[in-house]
Amino acid sequence: MIDVKSIREDFPILKARPYGKDLIYLDNAATTQKPLSVIKSIDDYYTGMNANVYRSAHYLSGVATNAYEKARNKVAEFINAGSEETIIFTRNTTESINLVAYAWAMENINKGDEIILTVAEHHSNMLPWQLIAEKKGAKLRYVYLNEDSRLDMDSYRNMLSSRVKLVALQQVSNVLGIINPVREMTEEAHKVGAKVLVDGAQSVPHMKVDVRDIGCDFFAFSGHKMLGPMGIGVLYIKKDLLDEVPAFMRGGEMIDEVYEDRATFADPPLKYEAGTPNVEGAIGLAAAIDYLDGIGMDNIHKAEVDLTEYALKKLKEIDFVKIYGPLDMKDRMGVISFNAADIHPHDVATILDQDGVAIRSGHHCAQPLMRYLKVTATCRASFYIYNTHEEVDEFVESLKGIRKWFK
Amino acid sequence: MNLNQLYSEIILEHSQKSPNKKKIDGANIEEKGHNPLCGDVITLYIKTDGDIITDASFTGQGCAISQASTSMLIDLIRGKKIDEAKKLVQEFTDMIYKKDVDLDDLGDAQALAGVSDFPARVKCALLPWKTLEEAVDEKQEKNNKDEDK
Repeated sequence: MIDVKSIREDFPILKARPYGKDLIYLDNAATTQKPLSVIKSIDDYYTGMNANVYRSAHYLSGVATNAYEKARNKVAEFINAGSEETIIFTRNTTESINLVAYAWAMENINKGDEIILTVAEHHSNMLPWQLIAEKKGAKLRYVYLNEDSRLDMDSYRNMLSSRVKLVALQQVSNVLGIINPVREMTEEAHKVGAKVLVDGAQSVPHMKVDVRDIGCDFFAFSGHKMLGPMGIGVLYIKKDLLDEVPAFMRGGEMIDEVYEDRATFADPPLKYEAGTPNVEGAIGLAAAIDYLDGIGMDNIHKAEVDLTEYALKKLKEIDFVKIYGPLDMKDRMGVISFNAADIHPHDVATILDQDGVAIRSGHHCAQPLMRYLKVTATCRASFYIYNTHEEVDEFVESLKGIRKWFK
Repeated sequence: MNLNQLYSEIILEHSQKSPNKKKIDGANIEEKGHNPLCGDVITLYIKTDGDIITDASFTGQGCAISQASTSMLIDLIRGKKIDEAKKLVQEFTDMIYKKDVDLDDLGDAQALAGVSDFPARVKCALLPWKTLEEAVDEKQEKNNKDEDK
């Protein structure tokens, strides 16, 4: 069990009082709040370490470079990447996926090739592949859902052929909360020679992730959804593939030798990190990982499953609430999408907000999924380590009250 | 401003039971508007005779605020000259941004003044007005071009 009460003490923002009410922050799939240790790590960086990394021979540059590389090392260990050279710092998941699209896919995906996605992908794991399809004449194919809101694995297997060059999918859906069997899917994709990119934005913060156990070729996630700062993301590229993925952006830091007409590049991961990186972000992310490790990812996962199960049970009791996504906790994380009667999600969110309850409303950057579910938008509550059962009760009470506004 | 004002009877009436929510026949202007970030979508149908808006209606899907605002707009512009409709757009926009404005012209739409206290909902209220502005600007541009011929 995790000690939520003491965890909450570490998050100063949870004392915010929207409209004089207690803040109940249930928008964690959008971004999480930050513990003091993360806030302090950024402060410490600028107070005692700041200098540009890799470039200068002076003391501070050494300190900053060391801290930045230690952060990379921490990320590598956190997802069991095996070596630091496989960990590339980016701005966010979106940039990580775009790096793979622009650098690898532009070179390796051609006319007639196929890319398999799922209909539940976030736009960030859909639009880069639409670009590749458009520029290279490749074809996008989609895996849809079964009645139980989980991926139709039979159709996935049927789609696999030697034409498929890439399978790109999320490990956990930001709308439905489903955990996809990425390990099994990777294994099957590899049998036909396809590469696999896993979007881990909604999984890494909430469960133990081992990229080498999954076996995927690319893995992307963001720092800000796991207690870290905004503006720092990660791309893991499998070690064997590093030679095959060319440099992405070009400029400072990523070079070996530069002549007037040509250049050679640094070894990975620096080859992919042109320009001055987000050092404070990397250091903040490392502090976030320390914080999560202090609690233990297995404990975090268990607590979240327990809280989500409780919330699902309470929501199912409200007759005007319709839940999108599995109603049980098998392979499911703490994201619950729902609608309340025929009240538009924005109206629901505005009314809950007045009670201090922060939820998301809209299409959650998944318009094709919304269309597939035949809704224009949904409400979404998403949980994290600092959320309590009492908060779920308050949220449910607030939700029960919305009907009085729409008689 | 509180929720009672945001979800007042008049706003709910317009959002849920608007007689203006239908497609009229013979509209010569049809303009679609949407808020990409939240998914509100409306289509305005406007029938003009010279520079007079003789009839108008709308269809759409979205939150109570966007749909009520659209219905109120339709009530206001029916029978007005295009320039008068444009003036109403300005007055409504000013009201939503809390500028000092005479509200009398705005009829039921005055009820939306409180939206200015809900920053996240401002774009919902403004959607039909922006859409109307685009529609009539295009119409006037076209008219000017026709006159030049």
